[in-house]
Amino acid sequence: MSNENKEWPLWEVFIRSKAGLDHKHAGSLHAADAQMAIENARDVYTRRMEGVSIWVVESKHIHASNPEEAAAFFDPAQDKIYRHPTFYNLPDELKHM
Amino acid sequence: MTQVSFEASFQKKIDEEIMIEPQDYMPDEYRKTLIRQISQHAHSEIVGMLPEANWITRAPSLRRKAVLLAKVQDEGGHGLYLYSAAETLGITRDQMLQQLHTGAAKYSSIFNYPTITWADMGAIGWLVDGAAIMNQVPLCRTSYGPYARAMVRVCKEESFHQRQGYEIMLTLAKGTPVQKQMAQDALNRWWAPALMMFGPLDAVSPNTAKSMEWRIKRFTNDELRQRFIDVTVEQIRILGLDLPDANIKWNEERGHYDSSELNWDEFWNVVKGNGPCNKERLATRVKAWEDGAWVREAASAYAEKRKTKKAA
Repeated sequence: MSNENKEWPLWEVFIRSKAGLDHKHAGSLHAADAQMAIENARDVYTRRMEGVSIWVVESKHIHASNPEEAAAFFDPAQDKIYRHPTFYNLPDELKHM
Repeated sequence: MTQVSFEASFQKKIDEEIMIEPQDYMPDEYRKTLIRQISQHAHSEIVGMLPEANWITRAPSLRRKAVLLAKVQDEGGHGLYLYSAAETLGITRDQMLQQLHTGAAKYSSIFNYPTITWADMGAIGWLVDGAAIMNQVPLCRTSYGPYARAMVRVCKEESFHQRQGYEIMLTLAKGTPVQKQMAQDALNRWWAPALMMFGPLDAVSPNTAKSMEWRIKRFTNDELRQRFIDVTVEQIRILGLDLPDANIKWNEERGHYDSSELNWDEFWNVVKGNGPCNKERLATRVKAWEDGAWVREAASAYAEKRKTKKAA
């Protein structure tokens, strides 16, 4: 009835909702090739004009950071509050800065 | 970390309303519960296309036909969002379809009832999608990220489904006496099955306690069912139809409507596969899958051919 080996590959879908904005991850789907993935993505993820551009990439090509190491991995940014503008004490009369 | 500390930190995240994502640690039972729930949900969307597909070619006007087509297409889309969410938990699409086709996996019992008149399209949109929305809105905050995101998308699209159904009912209810009778008959037939969509009584629902603790569910079956009854009674009045249950009465003390006990023997009987349309629905799904085999093979062959051409 079904054949495990013949399952079409999985694709991740990224959609630009309007010109000027980033492509954003919308979800995933199965398709035989990239063109079919784009066409299916149009039908699955943009039935209500949610997009003006679609990217697809085969899921197996995505590399991700390891969630188990997330704490240590993102730790270096934690104690560097001087990277934010609000860290600096400047007089109130100073405008437009 | 030890197994115990993994589980403690998992529950701590849940309690702090931090979403669980695919690569995060999760207890096996949590994963299993989600796979079962999300795949059942996906199957319900896909099988749910069938009772309405029956009426696409018989819709009374081009407008109704276009709307019904769009609704059924949405349901196909919702099934796909949900299958994708389930796949992030480590089950394949083919495995899920196999479970559906062999009867190992369940789908919502409501779709095992027949759609015998056009008014059923109204009652389904209004009551069945209405009950689904009542269930799905809290699921937008469920603890598993991919499921929650899929539900946000589904809920956004679902509200037109309910409104178009109610509009059909309204048109019939304000129509000829025969049309009004059709609407009443559809309401009477779909009322109890719609209430059963919220699942068994809390007292006998084996999964509720754990699902609440894991914040997969936010409200119990009975809470959601009551909420649905309370809002729907008012909607029945606006239609000018009779209440489908003589025991519906406002209970001042509870601040809710009382209603008849549901026929749970019927519910379990349909769940077990003996509803009016179980066999037909499953056979239609299996046939669609088998008839589509050559399309899937052809698409794969074509993709392969183009790949080799490009490489050459």
